[in-house]
Amino acid sequence: MRAWVPAILRGLLLLVLIAFLVSPGSFEPLLKPLVQPNAPAIYNQGSLLSLTLLHLRTVLIATLAATIIAVLLAILVTRPFGAEFLALSRSLVNIGQTFPPVAVLALAVPAVGFGEKPTLIALFLYGLLPIFENTLTALTNLPRSVMEAARGSGMTPLQRLIQVELPLSLPVVVAGIRLSVVISLATATIGSTVAAKTLGEVIIAGLQSNNLAFVLQGGLIVGALAVLIYDGLSAVEAMIARRTGAA
Amino acid sequence: MIEIDAITKRYDGVTVVDNVSMVIEPRTVTVVVGTSGSGKTTLIRMINRLVEASEGAIRLDGEDNRSIPGYELRRRIGYAIQGHGLFPHRTVAQNIATVPGLLGWTKARTDAKVEELLTLFQLDPKTFGPRYPHELSGGQQQRVGVARALAAEPNVLLMDEPFGALDPIIRAKAQEDLLAIQKHFGTTIVLVTHDMNEAFHLADKIAVMDKGRVVQYGPPAELVRAPATPFVETLIGDAERPFRLLSIAKTGAAAEPGEAEGEPIREDRSQQEALADLIWSGRDALPVISRNGVPMGRVTLDAILKRAARPR
Repeated sequence: MRAWVPAILRGLLLLVLIAFLVSPGSFEPLLKPLVQPNAPAIYNQGSLLSLTLLHLRTVLIATLAATIIAVLLAILVTRPFGAEFLALSRSLVNIGQTFPPVAVLALAVPAVGFGEKPTLIALFLYGLLPIFENTLTALTNLPRSVMEAARGSGMTPLQRLIQVELPLSLPVVVAGIRLSVVISLATATIGSTVAAKTLGEVIIAGLQSNNLAFVLQGGLIVGALAVLIYDGLSAVEAMIARRTGAA
Repeated sequence: MIEIDAITKRYDGVTVVDNVSMVIEPRTVTVVVGTSGSGKTTLIRMINRLVEASEGAIRLDGEDNRSIPGYELRRRIGYAIQGHGLFPHRTVAQNIATVPGLLGWTKARTDAKVEELLTLFQLDPKTFGPRYPHELSGGQQQRVGVARALAAEPNVLLMDEPFGALDPIIRAKAQEDLLAIQKHFGTTIVLVTHDMNEAFHLADKIAVMDKGRVVQYGPPAELVRAPATPFVETLIGDAERPFRLLSIAKTGAAAEPGEAEGEPIREDRSQQEALADLIWSGRDALPVISRNGVPMGRVTLDAILKRAARPR
């Protein structure tokens, strides 16, 4: 396949997504065959656009928090004074991953109430592992000769971290963020079971009223977002990797 | 001047460098040779404190190298390593500007230095300055690595097998460049290698290390004439001895008055090269000329052979 074909497909997907969110009504004829005669074909209990934006906001906040904590944690345990905590932090983050998000929601609701908060907690815990693991891998696999040169030229530990270790680790860290975002985009839908405003509302409404069109709309929007964001971050990653000569 | 005073390094009770004392004269090239695991790398890494000594002291121009923090010390000492260790995310110019940047030089001064060094290493600043290390050939990367080590005008340059990754032709060129640079800046160079040809080619003095100790430290000719231990003898190689002697002496030193036919040889070529010329061209004598092409007499096969014989 020619190189520009995927790019064009992505562009088309983005256009269709935007068109659908701005004017869902114009897609009604396409979805009509999926529903019973009197049922609505387009989600009618709120704006799809605002739900999408809220969904994205939830994922963004959770990923941002997960990135900050995971990267800081990875930096900490790769410093000489933090080496003892390497095993401990690994298992902590792994526990975050093994805990089912639904269980986190169930446990978090009594503590913080319904709404966005329990969803953020679940997404945050779920997003930690890929970012932490990737940052750790990157920081512990830097080229020896480069690290040696950084020390030999008289950089302090902090200067080495900021000027050499982090810039060189960036492509792998971004790869971790990319995985985390995609997981969070999908997982955020179940946040609607505890009244978080996400695209999960559309899917749940569809399941409750046996409306296939609703389920499809919610699912496809989340899917399209995941594909587009995944591709976008892949491109960012490749760009950084090219600049650092790692490619 | 670098004074190494009874320095010892132990790792978990294993002695890697054992009570080494030596004085390295300023503006000379000292080559540390030895087998792998002989402690030669550890020894030079103690000079810039990438490795902290267990016992003993190292003084640079009379000042103990522990009197300032390690990172400040390392900014004053050039350090070049095998495989260059260039920062892949920084351009050639940014790489060379590393230590000036750490020292807080002004941009104008840094830029001027980068340009000077690139020119000195025969890399056009306009072409190579903005490139990234992965866009250079191995030889170019190595030159940039040495240029980076020299950027802050250090008095001392430590080199750990700097030419180890280069092919023989580029390596010979890199060695010539290094000698020229050393003359240009008057830098004191301490170089680690396991290549004896390289050691004889570059060194004013050679230190031979064996099992953590310096078993002999002296000018190359002395190592050939009077090897201190059987290990030094093995390292130099029985079959190589006469050629090593010739390789460190200049043709000019063997010249005598007289005439000879054919292609002349320059007086600053090694006597080994003169011998090779004599054998290859089947002559008994070569005309010798100065660097400027002025005739200086001749060098005979006999004179060369005498000089290659075991000294008495």
